[in-house]
Amino acid sequence: MKREFGKWLGWAYYLALLFFLQLPILLLIIFSFNDSVLLVFPLKGFTLDWYRQLLGARELLNAARNSLMVGLISSAVATGLGTMGAIAISRYNFPGRQFFLNIATLPLVIPYVVLGVAMLILFQALGITLSLWTITIGHAIINIPYVMLIVAARLSGFANNLEEAAMDLGATYWGTLMRITLPISAPALVAAFLSSFTLSFDEFSLAFFLAGTDNTLPVYLYSQLRFPNRLPLAITTAAVVILVSVAILLVSEWLRRLGVERNARQGR
Amino acid sequence: METKRRLFVLIAPPAIVLALFFLAPLVIMLLYSFKDNTFGPLLPLTFKHYITFLQTPSFFRLLLDSSKLSFLTAIISIILAYPVAYFLVFYTGARRVILLTLLILPAWTSFLLRVLAWKVILGSNGLLNQTLIGLGLIQEGAPVLLYSQSAVLITLVYVWIPFAALPLFAAMERIDPRLHEAAQDLGASPGQTFWRVTLPLTMPGVASAFFFVFIPTLGEWVTPTLVGGVTGIMYGNLIQDQFARALNWPLGALLSLVLLVLVAAFSYVFNRFIPITEVPVST
Repeated sequence: MKREFGKWLGWAYYLALLFFLQLPILLLIIFSFNDSVLLVFPLKGFTLDWYRQLLGARELLNAARNSLMVGLISSAVATGLGTMGAIAISRYNFPGRQFFLNIATLPLVIPYVVLGVAMLILFQALGITLSLWTITIGHAIINIPYVMLIVAARLSGFANNLEEAAMDLGATYWGTLMRITLPISAPALVAAFLSSFTLSFDEFSLAFFLAGTDNTLPVYLYSQLRFPNRLPLAITTAAVVILVSVAILLVSEWLRRLGVERNARQGR
Repeated sequence: METKRRLFVLIAPPAIVLALFFLAPLVIMLLYSFKDNTFGPLLPLTFKHYITFLQTPSFFRLLLDSSKLSFLTAIISIILAYPVAYFLVFYTGARRVILLTLLILPAWTSFLLRVLAWKVILGSNGLLNQTLIGLGLIQEGAPVLLYSQSAVLITLVYVWIPFAALPLFAAMERIDPRLHEAAQDLGASPGQTFWRVTLPLTMPGVASAFFFVFIPTLGEWVTPTLVGGVTGIMYGNLIQDQFARALNWPLGALLSLVLLVLVAAFSYVFNRFIPITEVPVST
């Protein structure tokens, strides 16, 4: 009896919190179809005009393409470097291992504003002009710890006796890595890449400090927030980005699960 | 020997990149805090920004205010997320993962625009005010929530609830349900079971939720800029301002360094109790 009541209360609370969390997203999507530049109620009428304008907004599409490039390159770099680090820390015990792990995961806990200004000072001191490349480097750094932890979790999920077997059968160490270790870790690698990409694609605080004349999408959107008449277009962009990120998220979650199931099948 | 070479090949690339683009910037930031002004040569070094910092009480006040706000954000996010994680893990069975995913979905949409949405909700013609006026609870032209510290707090809590829910959910999933049965068999009431079994076992989750909300919030400057107005600024705005507008980079470097030291000290103490970076070696 009591448990039934608890269940009802739980559902009520869950739905209330869900409403609170989804409401702002819903508002953005509603306003992207609203026939007015002002983001106020009551709504004026249904329109697809903002979506039509989106297709012709050159700067915005440019910024989106820049974000795509920065996201892809920084995630690829972070996935490569993070995976190397993950193999090192989960397959070798060496002096300085804990130190390396601490440094490599430090970007997880440093506020982006601190890292942003520090990197800005470095680039300025070295005479490196700010560009999409400087943002790419920044995003690679903040993504390395995520990749390392995701891949290391996968690597500690299966014993290295498969690797040993391959080497006993005459495979070289690097051959074993390429043909045994990495394929087994593939779901984790893809999940790490996708989570890096979504982080980079939406990252603003760091990119703000490291952006040159070319903007990423968040930096561009931020510059538009000052002009009230450009808000609807920004919101429409958001509506599109929401759909794309949800799709990416679902794929990455599915891949992660695939990895977990494989682990389970191997009895670990 | 062979093992050493392999390890070196694996670890050198990430180590070099981290040294060059992560450690070097932090060291240079330290040097920069001793620099006379933004332009000009590094030498001679000076303590003048340190003196400015120590003589400006508003810096301390803002740091303290921001710490309080981050603390509140973390605590409120955890209090709001805890019951929902509890409900999902112990009451919804196999559906819990999909229900959790629905809850954290907003976290994957543009951060800037989620904050902007709150501007729309809290503004004078916003959803909240109009609803309250419609219900006859407040008069037209009543003070609005937007551009205040409360607006920053509400928005930050909104942003962080999903991130607080994740570690709590994970901590509860790890609890063996037999422990609950054992407590009840031994005569504990549901309340006693919660306070003496569930809550203590989920404390690591509570702690890591706190950590992962508190730290990034402490460095926030975007949310205060968008919904905080003049009274809602945070310490992060101070740093951003030195670089974007005041162009006093050395002072900005110092302010940023202070935040770094604070965060590092907090992480160190925290890591003593709950190691967040423990990876087993399986050689």
